Amino acid sequence: MSGDPLWSIFLNASLVNNFVLAYFLGICPFLGVSGKLVTATRMGGAVCFVMLVSSLCAYGIHHLLVAINAPYLQLISFIVVIASTVQLVEMFIKKTSPTLFRALGIFLPLITTNCAILGLALFQTNKGYDLLQSLVYALGAGVGFTLALVLMAGIREKLELASVPDMVRGTALTLMVAGVLSLAFMGFAGLGA
Amino acid sequence: MTSVDRVQPAVSADDFIKGLWRENPVFVQVLGMCPVLAVTNSGINALAMGLATTFVLVLSNTLVSLLRRAIPRQVRIATFILIIASFVTVVDYLIQALSLELHRALGAFISLIVVNCLILGRAEAFASKNTVLRSILDGLGMGLGFTFALLCLGGVREILGSGALFGIALFPAGFQPWIVMLLPSGGFFTLGLWLLLFNYLRARRLEERGEAQGVVP
Repeated sequence: MSGDPLWSIFLNASLVNNFVLAYFLGICPFLGVSGKLVTATRMGGAVCFVMLVSSLCAYGIHHLLVAINAPYLQLISFIVVIASTVQLVEMFIKKTSPTLFRALGIFLPLITTNCAILGLALFQTNKGYDLLQSLVYALGAGVGFTLALVLMAGIREKLELASVPDMVRGTALTLMVAGVLSLAFMGFAGLGA
Repeated sequence: MTSVDRVQPAVSADDFIKGLWRENPVFVQVLGMCPVLAVTNSGINALAMGLATTFVLVLSNTLVSLLRRAIPRQVRIATFILIIASFVTVVDYLIQALSLELHRALGAFISLIVVNCLILGRAEAFASKNTVLRSILDGLGMGLGFTFALLCLGGVREILGSGALFGIALFPAGFQPWIVMLLPSGGFFTLGLWLLLFNYLRARRLEERGEAQGVVP
């Protein structure tokens, strides 16, 4: 059982070891949905929510699997749970708030294939966090993901107006900018530890 | 279901070759970016990750193709994910048995092969519509293309970042390694530069073709 204080876990997950810029998790939505500030913010919110729910489920499953002595089922059960969580969240939001459902649109089902969610479930298990620590870790990871996505979207909106060679425009340029962002986030090293 | 029951085209070498270069999963299709960036800080990690992904890709393509008539359309994605997750678990334990050191270096990224969109993409786009033999060739080609791309990145990052390739020192003692290439940002920069090179090559080829068409009336 890890004895890290909660604030340290939160800082670690959101800034020092940012899921996108240090662990390279969730690169697909990072490159795909970071074109506009509005969609980036909404996507970030949805990911935060799914992360919290799946973190809770992953904690339960891990302890269940340890109890019945079947650790080899971990990966399969995590992915099934994440897929069903996303489906459940989708149905729940559709029922309770159709406005929010329309705003999130296609991004909701796409969260299933976001490796940041599965990564989170695996990391929190590997680190041996207890329930509260897991939830704080999930919140930190979600906030970090949203932060990276929103920063990137802001930069890309400005880049649209810049004159760059045609060849560079697109994924190549986005990756370069991500590299600089990642360098900037290195400045947080040592903050949470 | 009609697309499955149509007469299948014969096996051709193109099923294998297209993944290596023309439809390279990383440089052309930009799929499966997370492992590409995360584990390419050395050549050996890149090679191991590439081979593990190829292994999963070939086996999952085979099984999906074998079961393609049995899987109901509505639950096909869930079924594919379950098939992939089973093979990834096999690979995870296999690497752990072969080399504990390598397993530690790759960490959670072996498990994360499950959410590599390349594998699900091939299952959905190719294996669920084609014969077993063609699916195996497709998986092998795409997997090796993926490995090739990982090696391109891992090679550059290891040579510049630690002055070595596969652990063998390349430069005289005075070489000052570019630590930044081993850091996460180095991954973004290197992949960005490779994509730039590919864009340049593609633009030049299109230009040449355009000129050739211009000459012939």
